[in-house]
Amino acid sequence: MIKLFKVKEKQREMSENANGRAPVKKQSAGELRLHKDIGELNLPKTTTISFPNGKDDLMNFEITIRPDEGYYLGGIFVFTFQVSPVYPHEAPKVKCKTKVYHPNIDLEGNVCLNILREDWKPVLNINTIIYGLNHLFTQPNHEDPLNHEAAAVLRDNPKMFESNVRRAMAGGYVGQTFFPRCM
Amino acid sequence: MADPVSQASSRWRDLDKLLLRPGNLVGPNFDPGTELRDDLQEYAKVLVVGAGGLGCELLKDLALMGFRNLEVIDMDRIEVSNLNRQFLFRLQDVGKPKAEVAAHRVMERVSGVDIVPHFCRIQDKDLEFYNKFNIIALGLDSIEARSYINDVACSFLEYDAEDNPCEETIKPMVDGGTEGFKGHARVIMPGVTPCFECTIWLFPPQVKFPLCTLAETPRTAAHCIEYAHLIKWDEVHGGKPFDADDPEHMQWVYSEAVKRAELFGIPGVTYSLTQGVVKNIIPAIASTNAIISAACALETLKIATSCSKTLSNYLSYNGLEGLHTKVTEFVRDKDCPVCGPGVLLELDTTTTLQKFIELLEEYPKLHMSKASVTYRGENLYMQAPPVLEEMTRSNLTVPLFDLMGKIPKGIVHISGTATKNDKKTSCTRKLRVLFKVIDGDTDMDTATGS
Ligand SMILES: [Zn+2]
Repeated sequence: MIKLFKVKEKQREMSENANGRAPVKKQSAGELRLHKDIGELNLPKTTTISFPNGKDDLMNFEITIRPDEGYYLGGIFVFTFQVSPVYPHEAPKVKCKTKVYHPNIDLEGNVCLNILREDWKPVLNINTIIYGLNHLFTQPNHEDPLNHEAAAVLRDNPKMFESNVRRAMAGGYVGQTFFPRCM
Repeated sequence: MADPVSQASSRWRDLDKLLLRPGNLVGPNFDPGTELRDDLQEYAKVLVVGAGGLGCELLKDLALMGFRNLEVIDMDRIEVSNLNRQFLFRLQDVGKPKAEVAAHRVMERVSGVDIVPHFCRIQDKDLEFYNKFNIIALGLDSIEARSYINDVACSFLEYDAEDNPCEETIKPMVDGGTEGFKGHARVIMPGVTPCFECTIWLFPPQVKFPLCTLAETPRTAAHCIEYAHLIKWDEVHGGKPFDADDPEHMQWVYSEAVKRAELFGIPGVTYSLTQGVVKNIIPAIASTNAIISAACALETLKIATSCSKTLSNYLSYNGLEGLHTKVTEFVRDKDCPVCGPGVLLELDTTTTLQKFIELLEEYPKLHMSKASVTYRGENLYMQAPPVLEEMTRSNLTVPLFDLMGKIPKGIVHISGTATKNDKKTSCTRKLRVLFKVIDGDTDMDTATGS
């Protein structure tokens, strides 16, 4: 290809003073796949989505879940999504922004959902994750705990778990931990 | 004492055997002679991405081979743990930028070579920077960085009306990678051989431990380290981001991991294991780096001079049990959104976005319904969710030509539901849009700013 290199170099010298092309914003393959996922979103009626950085940044967004049944009925829970440029090779990073009393979500917002970590596969998509998160509110699971105390109460005393959830969502203390109101 | 003249001729003796004589196994358009050697030295510009284990080897190899115009880009500083294999670095270099020291050392040892270092992230450079190189050689350890460079190199690629790649727009890449005793070397000619994205499945996703296992039932030293890194850090530092390059942060994670391991009676947490797990470091072996880099450097020479046919297109090397090497000819994904030609579509400058989306449904090669449209990172129209549909709806009545900045041709990506043989699949497609200029009046249009 050296002949080609030579020709190109000569061309470059000649056009040295010509205006260079403006830097072009390109889209990564991850952005394109995400564009498809988002353009085909079919949200459950409990869920809304927002794009804090506007319509052209799909890599960072928030979803809000308002469970319509179960222990968490009436609550409003916000999750942030951070999507990597090599999506879907890597799962999005998902955190719960709302402090919640939940066996599978810790007080820092880490979420225990298998498809976000060990069971993530590139064929899964944003919709799958959103349904998974909804499921956490209808079926909290004491077998995969991130918040051990909440998990133990759910296992041993579901009535007390229910009242703890109500108290936390209304804004108040469960044990030593304060939960801001999220209803 | 050897006189300077014979010294100079003996310096390129081995290279000359490849470049001055004709042969039967050479590449296309091979033109042997001293001009070829001189042109290699004068005109070939190679960018080495990464100045770590592979990058040090690549720079040395390319310089000794007779390449004289090299540049190297790396954002890292030298650490003590690099010194066993990144042979251009000395103890007194610890803390200095890798790119700068590597460039300096090779120039000291190999006369005539010019190496320009860039101590920055690959994302900090614009497309013009990457476009000035004839070949890009990659010595990287992350999928993300490879994917980025691949996107950049493929963005220069143009196709003619018959969907053949235009040779002068092909930016060849040579990619090396090692993991312990294993490695690969590959040649990527965008438009001709599969690009990184066509074969991203070659890289297995990294194993991520379930958070609840980390929180509840750790069984290995790595579990304890990931607990400290992913859960305990946030709990204690609430909001402050963890920085893997900050030794204090690493030390904190290490000591928390030790406490955790003691609590569960798990042996084996060390500082270097902590670094390994947190930064996802795979043990590197100097000899594997040397073998893979040598293969990459040779391919670079072959691409530049055509002195031999290039590797086609993926060499895997495995020295784990005995020694196996194998060359696999992977095939391109013809619909690859990064390197594929895309579907050529000719439009009037007056075609509105709405009309364009309707056209996609009937267009024979596409049959795409409910298309969302994006152009250079700008979402022109989104079918869903409602909030984005609303934000982009006003574009529907605007001519696509205007939305694309009134350029005569450009690339847009669409995604939606394609129908083929009565089967519906959701997919992303690349389109090459060409605008028919009517009566040459586009300039007037622009001038009046209508
Ligand atoms: Zn490709």
